[in-house]
Amino acid sequence: MTVMKLRSFLPLQVADIVNLDNISINVHEADFDVARLQRGLLSGLSEEGAVATFTGYVRRANDGRQVATLELEHYPGMTEESIKAIIDEAADRWPMLGASVLHRVGRLSPGDQIVWVGVASTHREAAFNACEFIMDYLKTRAPFWKKELGPFGEIWVSARQDDEARAARWKGGHTP
Amino acid sequence: MLKVLFFARIREELACSVLELQWPATGLDVSALQEQLCVEHGEPWRDILTQDNIIRAVNQKVITDNCELNDGDEIAFFPPVTGG
Repeated sequence: MTVMKLRSFLPLQVADIVNLDNISINVHEADFDVARLQRGLLSGLSEEGAVATFTGYVRRANDGRQVATLELEHYPGMTEESIKAIIDEAADRWPMLGASVLHRVGRLSPGDQIVWVGVASTHREAAFNACEFIMDYLKTRAPFWKKELGPFGEIWVSARQDDEARAARWKGGHTP
Repeated sequence: MLKVLFFARIREELACSVLELQWPATGLDVSALQEQLCVEHGEPWRDILTQDNIIRAVNQKVITDNCELNDGDEIAFFPPVTGG
């Protein structure tokens, strides 16, 4: 995006500037190809050096339950906006060039890919940190909800304390 | 007009995903709207909408304190998120 060039001559505290070369946020039912997503992240970058990525898969067992099907619900509109806000916050903390998030919704099976986060930067430390930060915040802030179906019936997954604790590690600008 | 959305476990327990309400001439805040829904729909709604961990959003932004609403606002109630 050409808007990112604004960063060099506008003060950093100006809110809502899209300051990355490339931001991509997708929420859909279809499966995804990580190689294609990574190529998409790298396209249009003015420079590169490092890409850190995370792929999440549907677990076969969760809290001792054998999961046959996972249903993912989300809040269209707010989901994309909240992911954008998370990426913006990461970009304020680390020198990022681009970020891409894809989250699937609908019915998924154990072993299916569910989420992908990719961050491009000139150096690995920023890429690793920003990727982990985006994933931690996505789990605790983006409006997605999981329901597990299996021999036990169906159950809405409860929010996990350790996910909150992981996200809280980044408070105050600290790197864990 | 106000649009009220419910998601996930809350949506299922209420058997309702969306409501459209007339904007009251007297004005309204989120807590008053919540109370109005509890009064209009009775006990199951009160039990569900007053759960401690319920999250409230106005115009797709999570709010932690009560806030005034305006005609045309979109309000959502949902349980803690579990994506990723």
